[in-house]
Amino acid sequence: MLKELEYPFDVNYLIKNKKKIKKELLNNQGLIEKKIAILGGSTTSEIKNMLEIFLLNYGIKPSFYESEYNKFYEDAVFGNEELDNFNPDIIYIHTTNRNIINYPTMCDDEKQVQEKLESEFSKFKTVWEKLFSKFNATIIQNNFEYPYYRLLGNKDAVDIHGKTNFITKLNQKFYDYANEAKNFFINDINYVSSCYGLDKWANQFYWHMYKYAMEVPAIPYLSFNLANIIKSIYGKNKKAFVLDLDNTLWGGIVGDDGVENLAIGPEVPSGQVYSEFQQYIKAHKDLGIILNINSKNEHENAIAGLNHVAGTLKPDDFIIIKANWNPKNMNIKDIAEELNLGADSFVFVDDNPAERKIVSSYVDGIATPEIDVPENYIRIIDHNSYFEMTNFSNEDLKKNELYKDNAKRSQMMATFENYDDYLKSLKMKAEITSFKPIYLERISQLSNKSNQFNLTTKRYSLADIEEVNNDDSYIKLYGKLEDIFGDNGVISVTIGKIKNNDELHIDLWIMSCRVLKRNMEFAMMDKLVEKAKERKIKTIYGYYYPTLKNKMVNNFYDLQGFELVSEDEQGNKVYKLDISKEYTNKNNSIEVTK
Amino acid sequence: MSKEEIYERLNNVFRDVFDDESIVVKPETTSKDIEDWDSLEHINLVVAVEQEFGIKFNMGEVTTMKNVGEMVDIIMTRT
Repeated sequence: MLKELEYPFDVNYLIKNKKKIKKELLNNQGLIEKKIAILGGSTTSEIKNMLEIFLLNYGIKPSFYESEYNKFYEDAVFGNEELDNFNPDIIYIHTTNRNIINYPTMCDDEKQVQEKLESEFSKFKTVWEKLFSKFNATIIQNNFEYPYYRLLGNKDAVDIHGKTNFITKLNQKFYDYANEAKNFFINDINYVSSCYGLDKWANQFYWHMYKYAMEVPAIPYLSFNLANIIKSIYGKNKKAFVLDLDNTLWGGIVGDDGVENLAIGPEVPSGQVYSEFQQYIKAHKDLGIILNINSKNEHENAIAGLNHVAGTLKPDDFIIIKANWNPKNMNIKDIAEELNLGADSFVFVDDNPAERKIVSSYVDGIATPEIDVPENYIRIIDHNSYFEMTNFSNEDLKKNELYKDNAKRSQMMATFENYDDYLKSLKMKAEITSFKPIYLERISQLSNKSNQFNLTTKRYSLADIEEVNNDDSYIKLYGKLEDIFGDNGVISVTIGKIKNNDELHIDLWIMSCRVLKRNMEFAMMDKLVEKAKERKIKTIYGYYYPTLKNKMVNNFYDLQGFELVSEDEQGNKVYKLDISKEYTNKNNSIEVTK
Repeated sequence: MSKEEIYERLNNVFRDVFDDESIVVKPETTSKDIEDWDSLEHINLVVAVEQEFGIKFNMGEVTTMKNVGEMVDIIMTRT
């Protein structure tokens, strides 16, 4: 991860050095390739260039199709062979208020204004539906920025003849569509242009000179915002906060100043700013973001600080609290192991630049936002969109609970001498069955998030999962697991493709690391074999493709009793299992419900 | 700022924007002399030059500028 591509970034530097940056980022390992079609209503060249470097920084290597100038409508509605052949994964429609043709005039009555609104909306709706009918892709559509002048002054926002009013209503119609549609996301340029400053954003020099709908120095902000949606779709969001305490969550040093002298609470400005920051952090729990502490402190002082009467965050809000004198990068490694999460999914928040520097140089891929003064903490963290919400599932709401339950399980495990006895004491129940519509979103999410217990590291967008679900030549199973401590939700997925009538090829086998060593993978295999037999399958083929992260499943198929067929120099392995003979179920600790 | 100094800083901007360390700009240099200098890169070049010297070109200037020499003349009047 290049610091230069994190907010706040130096636009001058990016515009001048994008070619160098691109070359550097192309050297990174393990980039996933995605095809992005940009259908523009104005010039898009620099938007593409900037998007490319931001995506590369997120580990996504894009290839592009770019429509001819202002041909977004024609490309979508009448088709274009080049676009068809390109077959995009993502279609970005870069339109702006310059592409609204039918603005109301003062002579229009209410009905005419309404008709203009419907006609503008239906133009865009046609574009989206045509594209959806043709491509199995995700669409990202700009909303509209406000106009740069107001004929009616303040009334422009209120009166039906005002452009501002018209744009607001059109935006709302876009949002209504987005709330109903799947695989459709809004790129909120209305917000981005506000943050940037509308007068600067709408610098008309760039429109009349080059047909850019915003000034060129604003483009990095637009492309960054867009890249954040795309990285979220492909599971590159961060998952957890790792937070320092002194001068990060409160003002002052609890060990030196004492709890009673910390700045937090409504009495003084510096206390208010930390209170608001604590509220901001705490609100992330509802988004499924895991909160942890990493502080150089005596443990008891840390707990005392977190129990401050005016504090919003309490010790119970955190899954892991590391308050000790170890180097912070060591603590982060421990937290990652205890949570079974990659440290590259953490956001480390610390007011001390030296600590940030150490952590970012020792921990690959971790985000260490350059927070400066307390009143800027929220903006700087927020504008980095670490947790951009594209697919929000009910699982996310419960995530902190799930991790808490896991902590309880570890405690209980310590009381058993025999692991099998421990597993039995959990009284696990699993539901393993074919995909159901209500879980498709979660299944797609899991396929994009799982890195460690993932045999092929194949990623599926929601559209891909829907396609699999509708195709009868796949056997597709999800597994849910619950035990006495709680329901883990959908935690495992496998997709097998039937070929040559009696062969099943396992394209995807994933499991959440929350349920490692619970025998769930054996329960899944038992069910897969059962389903395969129903479909008259004789041989199941399994594939293991090594990545930097999935070593833990290197011998997965060996443990499942498969036979190695081949292995190449990169360590890619093919296995097979003959199920025409006897197959003995391997799971004996989970009760699988019908 | 002296003309030499402007040319030196301008040369660095050109090298960064076109990612080519061999570029040496002269007063008579035009887009024909640099391979990647098309109309789209021209925009980025103008923005980078503006940022380097802390100036803004107006529309009339950008449309009539014929070569690097004329660009430098405008920069001279502003810095």
